[in-house]
Amino acid sequence: MKIMKLRPQMSGTGTPEEAPVAKRVKSKGSPLNFRLKLGIVILAIFVLGSFILPFFCPKDPAEQASYLKNLPVTDKHWLGTNSLGQDTFWFLVFAIRNSLQLGILVALFVTVIQTLLGLSAGFIGGWYERIVMVIIDSFITIPLLPILIILGALVRGNTTFLTVGAIIVVFGWAWGARTIRSMALSLREREFVNMARFSGASTFDVLLREIFPYVSSYMVVGFINTILFAINTEATLAVIGLSKVETPTLGSIIFWALNYNALFTGQLLWLIAPIVSSVLLFLGLFLASTGFNERFATRRGVA
Amino acid sequence: MSIFQYFAKRIGLYLVVLFIGLTITFFLPRLMPTNPIDGYISQIESRAGQSLRPEAIAALRSNLEELYGLKGDIFTQYVNYLNRVILHFDFGPSFTNYPEPVSDMIFRALPWTLGLLLVSTIVSWIIGNLIGLVAGYFHNKRSATVLEVVGILLYPIPYYILALTVILVLAYFLPVFPLSPTFPAEGLTFGNAGTILFNSALPAITLVLAGFGWNILSMKSLAYTTKEEPYVTYARLKGTSNWKRMTRYVFRNAMLPQVTALALSLGTIFNGALLTEMLFSYPGVGLLMRTAASSGDYNLLYGSITMSIIAVATAGLIIDLIYPLFDPRIRNR
Repeated sequence: MKIMKLRPQMSGTGTPEEAPVAKRVKSKGSPLNFRLKLGIVILAIFVLGSFILPFFCPKDPAEQASYLKNLPVTDKHWLGTNSLGQDTFWFLVFAIRNSLQLGILVALFVTVIQTLLGLSAGFIGGWYERIVMVIIDSFITIPLLPILIILGALVRGNTTFLTVGAIIVVFGWAWGARTIRSMALSLREREFVNMARFSGASTFDVLLREIFPYVSSYMVVGFINTILFAINTEATLAVIGLSKVETPTLGSIIFWALNYNALFTGQLLWLIAPIVSSVLLFLGLFLASTGFNERFATRRGVA
Repeated sequence: MSIFQYFAKRIGLYLVVLFIGLTITFFLPRLMPTNPIDGYISQIESRAGQSLRPEAIAALRSNLEELYGLKGDIFTQYVNYLNRVILHFDFGPSFTNYPEPVSDMIFRALPWTLGLLLVSTIVSWIIGNLIGLVAGYFHNKRSATVLEVVGILLYPIPYYILALTVILVLAYFLPVFPLSPTFPAEGLTFGNAGTILFNSALPAITLVLAGFGWNILSMKSLAYTTKEEPYVTYARLKGTSNWKRMTRYVFRNAMLPQVTALALSLGTIFNGALLTEMLFSYPGVGLLMRTAASSGDYNLLYGSITMSIIAVATAGLIIDLIYPLFDPRIRNR
């Protein structure tokens, strides 16, 4: 759902089944690879900055007409003020915080749902698996944005920020569930799983002790990817005015900037600041997820 | 025999996906607390002042329910809806352009979307995969790393950011293309083909760039692993040229998962195209949805959404049906 590039759960390392296990393990020299380090640094700056700075904020950045309109950059307003009389810098800080919060919350739910469905489909098999797979394939095939547009148009005005998150959860789990199910299928046939079975372990024990350690590293990757996906989806809805645009998010800044024709009035920073911070944030998330995948997940030879 | 099984399985999945998609679009709006008819009636009431009598409003309500297929219990409505949509492509009249049928408006917008989408997806798939192939095949060269970094930078960036960046760079800082594009209302003719192409360039560039990231990264890792296969080593020892190994041995095999991935990601690409159309005011289905959503024209909204679900599912089906042409393993199993 990359609205959205809707392929969030596929990591940058390509189709997982193709990766030759033996070759991958060799290339791991340092304990943390460069991608992962860079990703973590970028994310740390964003998370710390956007969660600590709001405590020093002089007043609610979403309140309109707090300052004079269209002020240039000064030492009081680091990014100037916008055409609504809001301080662009503080609005951006709150936007990043809200987007991150939404992303993390959605990712928590999505990770639980996709792990449960993916693992159960892979292990129970039979009719259950077929039904789950058909639902997964439909959710992947059906374009998400049109459905979000209907919902957005219907609940507009009386939606809350949390409702938007809930809608994203409902439509966000399919890619990850598909990946986890294919991992479960490949794990099911492994020697050590049979070994545990024959030694008398119950299905639950097998899942928890044998399978979970393998799946858990992918869950982290999926978690980060889902944060990216959720932030993207909300921002996309906000940009076309169908989310809760009064709440500062990375998308709602752009919505207001476009609505007040920031390009034509020369308010470039209003538009460029959220673009640059979104690009950096997404890059950080992507690097962290592929770096983690390369370092921890593919090494086990299942993802 | 097995190729027929492959076709039958794929067509079966297509029908199920269509059914689930249509069912979701039918039930979702009905689960929502708001009702479009109430919206219309209050709109009409506010225009008419206090002059409408309750009987008139009741008559109006029943007329609207009749018109928009909201008569009867939910099961009858559902059967009627499936019947109308599948057999007749009938989505009722548009509310804002009354009485023009919604299907006419959609069929006018559809060629625009298909044209943009088809051209940009094919261009992006071919060029992106070629870049990825080079980056993966020569993975130990420094220039290959540069190509991969391009992919990493492009992949996580969402469509709306790309679209705005393309506008900023190519229409604002370097005013090559118009800042607000204009499209002739009468559609494509010989005379205005140039104007249309010129004005479609920015949305097309956005979509091509958006497709690059995935194609480059995924093809790079596929080409890298395929290159290590024994048959490629054998070809090298046999003295096959580097170029021939890259195109005939590595690309032909590494391409197959990419075709499948394309079929799976059509929904995503379509979402991006809709959003890009909205941001560039490109007169396709995306813009239609946006105007329908903002003016509360629900028939038009449901119609364009249903059509897009059908279109995306059908495109996926077509890709999967021509897949055996590329993959002899399915053809001669």
